[in-house]
Amino acid sequence: MTDPATVLSELAEACEGLARPADESDAVAGVAPSLVAAPRSADQVAEVLRVAARHGLTVVARGAGSKLDWGVPPERVDLVVDTSGMTGVVEHASGDLVAVVRAGTPMADVQQTLADADQQLALDDPTGAGTVGGTVATAVSGPRRLLYGTVRDLLIGITFVRADGVVAKAGGKVVKNVAGYDFAKLLAGSFGTLGVITQAAFRLHPLARDRRTVSVRAAGAAAATRMAQDVLGSQVVPSAVEIDAPPGGGRPEVAVLLEGVAEGVRARAATAARLLGDAEQRPAMPGWWGRYPFAVGDTGLKLTTEIAGLPALLDAVRRAGDRTGLPVHVRGSAAGVLYAGIPSGGDPAGVATAVSVLRANAATYGGTVVVLTAPPAVRAGVDVWGPVSGIDLMRRVKHEMDPRRTLAPGRFVGGI
Amino acid sequence: MDLSELAARLRARLGTAAVITDRQRLRTYECDGLAHYKVIPGLVVLPEDTGQVAEVVRACVAAGVPFVARGSGTGLSGGALPHAEGVLVVTSRMRRLVEVDPANQRAVAQPGVINLHVTRAAAPHGYYYAPDPSSQQVCSIGGNVAENSGGAHCLKYGFTTNHVTGIELVSPTGDIVRLGGKAPDPPGYDLLGAFVGSEGTLGIATEVTVRLMRAPESVRTLLAAFPSTDEAGRAVSAIIGAGLIPAAIEMMDALVIEAAEAAVHCDYPAGAGAVLIVELDGPHADVEAQFVEVESHCRDHAAFEIRIAADDAERALFWKGRKSAFAAVGRISPDYIVQDGVIPRTSLPEVLRRIADLSSDAVRVANVFHAGDGNLHPLVLFDEAVPGAAEQAEEVSGAILDLCIEHGGSITGEHGVGMDKAKHMPRMFTEADLDTMQMLRCAFDPGHLSNPGKVFPTPRLCGEVPGRHKGAHPLQDAGVAEVF
Ligand SMILES: Cc1cc2nc3c(=O)[nH]c(=O)nc-3n(C[C@H](O)[C@H](O)[C@H](O)COP(=O)(O)OP(=O)(O)OC[C@H]3O[C@@H](n4cnc5c(N)ncnc54)[C@H](O)[C@@H]3O)c2cc1C
Repeated sequence: MTDPATVLSELAEACEGLARPADESDAVAGVAPSLVAAPRSADQVAEVLRVAARHGLTVVARGAGSKLDWGVPPERVDLVVDTSGMTGVVEHASGDLVAVVRAGTPMADVQQTLADADQQLALDDPTGAGTVGGTVATAVSGPRRLLYGTVRDLLIGITFVRADGVVAKAGGKVVKNVAGYDFAKLLAGSFGTLGVITQAAFRLHPLARDRRTVSVRAAGAAAATRMAQDVLGSQVVPSAVEIDAPPGGGRPEVAVLLEGVAEGVRARAATAARLLGDAEQRPAMPGWWGRYPFAVGDTGLKLTTEIAGLPALLDAVRRAGDRTGLPVHVRGSAAGVLYAGIPSGGDPAGVATAVSVLRANAATYGGTVVVLTAPPAVRAGVDVWGPVSGIDLMRRVKHEMDPRRTLAPGRFVGGI
Repeated sequence: MDLSELAARLRARLGTAAVITDRQRLRTYECDGLAHYKVIPGLVVLPEDTGQVAEVVRACVAAGVPFVARGSGTGLSGGALPHAEGVLVVTSRMRRLVEVDPANQRAVAQPGVINLHVTRAAAPHGYYYAPDPSSQQVCSIGGNVAENSGGAHCLKYGFTTNHVTGIELVSPTGDIVRLGGKAPDPPGYDLLGAFVGSEGTLGIATEVTVRLMRAPESVRTLLAAFPSTDEAGRAVSAIIGAGLIPAAIEMMDALVIEAAEAAVHCDYPAGAGAVLIVELDGPHADVEAQFVEVESHCRDHAAFEIRIAADDAERALFWKGRKSAFAAVGRISPDYIVQDGVIPRTSLPEVLRRIADLSSDAVRVANVFHAGDGNLHPLVLFDEAVPGAAEQAEEVSGAILDLCIEHGGSITGEHGVGMDKAKHMPRMFTEADLDTMQMLRCAFDPGHLSNPGKVFPTPRLCGEVPGRHKGAHPLQDAGVAEVF
């Protein structure tokens, strides 16, 4: 038997004394850890994970903690690896439109540094509080995914520490590179189950010189989706096309973001306004822009669809609301990634019914339904991740990378 | 089981025409676009659909025989080099474009479909498939997926990996697996992202769903002639520095221009030390405004002649010189090596100078590259008849990769590692990096049968690695893991 005090002292030795017993605020989706370590470099993370491996501790990595309760609560957490001490932009090669950033760096700080050179990491941060590591590990995205893509498209290199405490990297710091497997993509959206991310390299974009929003309140869901699809099928190259449909049959709003040089933005905004039935052009985005339609404690769903399935999806959302009497608010990109929010306090059985109504229809719109976050009572009654194609291969990947299930066991798809 | 038994079994299942054993016909498949590696395959199989591919793979697994997928065989790193004792699975009878779906902005193709055919089929709907390797008239979508192929326009639009939203594959253990589809963000690990660019080592893609993009409203192309690559390089920096992202920026040096001129009479400006082709596309007003800026950046950096394509025909002529460059150097040199490396674009002047230092009378280097993203394609010219020249050319070619690594770049930007560069992988990655990558390999292909010998210099023994354990950890069994 290893004595907890021994483990703590080994952890402290691994990371310059920055290890401590955990308290209530360190809980991961209600699961209480015993210890917290805050390593300051990849080598220290490696040392910490070696200590964990030696003593058979399960580990959850944490950035700012803004999405820590997403997914299934881990079966067990012994040690939280807090990455918030690993901050800073290691390299910003502005001429090459590339930046290398430490995992604990807040996204907002990254953007600020890049903005000095009129550049950006073209990833929206929907919680407004995320770190680079958390953003990569959960692969969150926002409205501008339509034009710029998501984490997987902008991440060009990654450094991470394996469950056995070995530091590995893949990719590099050039945008074009096909040497070796694209492990960065594998880590993106892996919810901390394959390794602890310590550093990431990104492809950057210039900041747009000009931007304009065009928005309209549609008569109903069908009209909203038709207008959104018309913009997608046009040649105005929108950076984002968002739909916001409040619960209870309120009129949905469609908003289009156009970015680029002034002459172009002006012309395209006029075209987009025409496609939206002479919509209003506004300098600012609507207040709901880029935020999830759910708050901490609510149930938050991610709904995906093929583009043509948008009307069916909105219809399924309406039916889910009607069937359960719950106010289901849906919002997201016409590219086919939407979010639904159901306020806390809703009957868990009703929420479960809403999820199954949406899942039953997922095939008709060619998509999936994932419960990102939910109160414990709701979570207990739903299949959080839903059916996943390719799950056997995923399990084999997990088994190769983390055979002892050290990293966030049970948090990810299929019990991974 | 020996190969003749396997051949008989596959003939019975797939039909006689689908299995080739005649040595003369097998020879057709002995190499890919990197013709100096040659191996006559043990057996060639031409399946027609996913089910047949699965049958072939399962038969290989049962017999413990390695298999290699092959599309059009245009690969430039020996990725489709066959196995003498193995099966070559050729997708040339899987050429059905399953669906063009403009409403969903997707197309679904069998792996043998030729890249350009996707765009041809989508064009009447106002859409196109963005990744456009120079070989697009012949290379296959399956090969593109395996290599994560790029093209001249990937500066703005990205590579194959950014345009594939779904695949169906036959895993190296013979299972049919679907990853992704027409909708974005399938839950779970991004195995699709890992499969793209895996060079046939994680299985065989049997159906590919790609993103179609709306054809741009306007396309404008200019050809600018500069005294040397230095000025041209500075013009590129100025364009990028101004926050412009053209669809393509391609550079060719004097030697490549000479070759292209001899081969396709592209009539580039006389006396140019370098030419740039810059193409902008998008909405009309944006393109017009940015085109003026690009033009002035070129002039500011000593462009002595700028031509603007008046129509599609002239644009095609500009591109003809560039797209024929690899083959064209055959006109000015009996033998040549096509190199593919990447540097941070800002290192371009320094690296080009160092490359010039490496050349000699016996071994010249012609440069053509995707200047916007630092992907170099130095063409190392030599004459095999001259004693020692071939070895010297190999050395120069290798030294260029050293330069790429030294500057923080990559040993391959789009042609892949394949057979050719496996030995260079340890120069870019540590043993731990390579070991980690091969964990993925072991997850997909524990028997090591899918395109063995490619990408990695030394195979990892799956499931037999010191320091790793199977099943519960001894500490866990002893109850120690429950300490906390
Ligand atoms: C003149 C010329 C110009 C070129 N220009 C470019 C360029 O601009 N950009 C660029 O990126 N490349 C370029 N290439 C390289 C080559 O065309 C690409 O790598 C192309 O994607 C290969 O396709 P293919 O069908 O010929 O594949 P092959 O050569 O047949 O195979 C390539 C690799 O893919 C694997 N493979 C093939 N099909 C499958 C499948 N269905 N499932 C799994 N694995 C499979 C093979 O095993 C092999 O490892 C060029 C080549 C030539 C000859």
